[in-house]
Amino acid sequence: MLKINHIAKTFNPGLITEKTALVDVDLHLNPGDFATVIGGNGAGKSTMLNAVAGVFPVDKGSIEIDGVDVTHLPEYKRAKYLGRVFQDPMTGTAASMQIEENMALAMRRGKKRGLRWGISSMEREMYREQLHTLGLGLEDRMQSKVGLLSGGQRQALTLLMATLRTPKLLLLDEHTAALDPKTAAKVLELSDRIIREQKLTALMITHNMQDAIDLGNRLIMMHEGRIVVDVSGEEKKKLTRNDLLGLFEQAAGQQLNSDKLLLS
Amino acid sequence: MEIVKLFNALPGAVSQGLIWGLMAIGVYITYRILDTSDLTVDGSIATGGAVAAILIINGWNVWAALLAAFVAGMIAGFVTGMFHTCFGIPAILSGILTQLALYSINLRILGNKANVALSVNKYNLLVSSRNARSLALNNPILILALFTIGLIALLYWFFGTELGASLRATGANRNMSRAQGINTDKNVVLSLMLANGIVSLAGALLAQFQGFADVSMGRGAIVIGLAAVIIGEVVFSKVFLNFGLKLLAVSIGAILYYCVIQVVLWLGLNTNDLKLLTALVVAIFLATPHWRAKYMAKKKGGA
Repeated sequence: MLKINHIAKTFNPGLITEKTALVDVDLHLNPGDFATVIGGNGAGKSTMLNAVAGVFPVDKGSIEIDGVDVTHLPEYKRAKYLGRVFQDPMTGTAASMQIEENMALAMRRGKKRGLRWGISSMEREMYREQLHTLGLGLEDRMQSKVGLLSGGQRQALTLLMATLRTPKLLLLDEHTAALDPKTAAKVLELSDRIIREQKLTALMITHNMQDAIDLGNRLIMMHEGRIVVDVSGEEKKKLTRNDLLGLFEQAAGQQLNSDKLLLS
Repeated sequence: MEIVKLFNALPGAVSQGLIWGLMAIGVYITYRILDTSDLTVDGSIATGGAVAAILIINGWNVWAALLAAFVAGMIAGFVTGMFHTCFGIPAILSGILTQLALYSINLRILGNKANVALSVNKYNLLVSSRNARSLALNNPILILALFTIGLIALLYWFFGTELGASLRATGANRNMSRAQGINTDKNVVLSLMLANGIVSLAGALLAQFQGFADVSMGRGAIVIGLAAVIIGEVVFSKVFLNFGLKLLAVSIGAILYYCVIQVVLWLGLNTNDLKLLTALVVAIFLATPHWRAKYMAKKKGGA
């Protein structure tokens, strides 16, 4: 479903702020793969996700989504294939617009936007049902501005918007990191449920090693712009935190500062 | 200080306010919806006036001339949009560049003259200050009010469509918009075109109303537009929540602005000091939210 072929990315080349974020990343996801991504700060996790989303062009390599080469497509055109949830709850929604308007925008991802009315009453009913499944009572506040919602509510809504039109690939960029532990657990559970129900292919960055182990069928660890660990299937099911630390030391060839990696 | 003099001047002030209200609705589109300050308007309002004046003098129908002015404004907005999105120049600077360039272009349109007379005696105009106190259908207040309502209705419809909603989303959150497949660069250009088209249209009406097109008729236009937007918000923000009513508030804001100006002139203010007064008033209104937030934070911290 996703083929990342040896991509590399250096920001600000030739300047004093030059930073090589991706050295050589090669990753193939099969349809239905739910891969969790861990790694220390600056390992290149977010850069990899943003490269897939097309936030910036890559220096080398190519990216294919569902057989389509998207390497040179701008961000807004790739959106057709992708559902995205960001770390900052403010990023994924338009605060000054209503809940239903946000959903109507998401419903038209990858479609031509013309002079038809922006939202139909049939859609509205569907949104109401979808919001009901979140269990947050948002179905009764569809005309409220999104800016009035809490961070957790906004992330849940963003998640719903990302999967309203079934994406080829769901990109979750530490989407629970800015939430309190209870809300984070709820949003994570919701993510897992949606991914299972819709049989989505997903890539989820997390700072929480236990979440990375518990969720998904595949685990990827990054270090200094490379993928250093990639386990899946039965091997992943049996994985423990200690195994993971051992794997990392082996691959990275250095002692892991576990405090840096593990926030919890 | 005869009160009669003030009353005689008010219909003209209201008409002028209505015209500048149209212009301010254009400013509202960039300043509030797109969340960008577009300084092209100082130039594009004069472009509208110049285009309409020259075309009417050359025998064009007044409605065709208005349409041409609208298109001319859209082209100006397109240029600013290209400076911003294709050349990567900051929005404010892009607007200043276009505005400067338009000064030369406007002079060319006016046949290398600083101003061109457009007398209501010679031509069939839509609005004229001469009829400001008439009690007939040619009264500019009536015509301009209808114009304003028509424009607000059109914009209400447009910003409710799929395309219009994507424009609003672009202004609200560009990252989110791109993630939802919206071409934000295209939308920025489109918004600037729409806004400057409307501003230019207001310029075309202004030239008819005052009976001439002047190359510097747009000096400080952005500030007057902002004044209208902000006065409208301060007065009506609690009661006008619907989008259409918010646009109406902008128009009323412009009318209030011109009525207040008329009053201070009547009270004896020197006309030459008007721009200074306007700038001060707008600066204070713009600073108010900042000051209020600071004051609230202090109060909160102290408690």
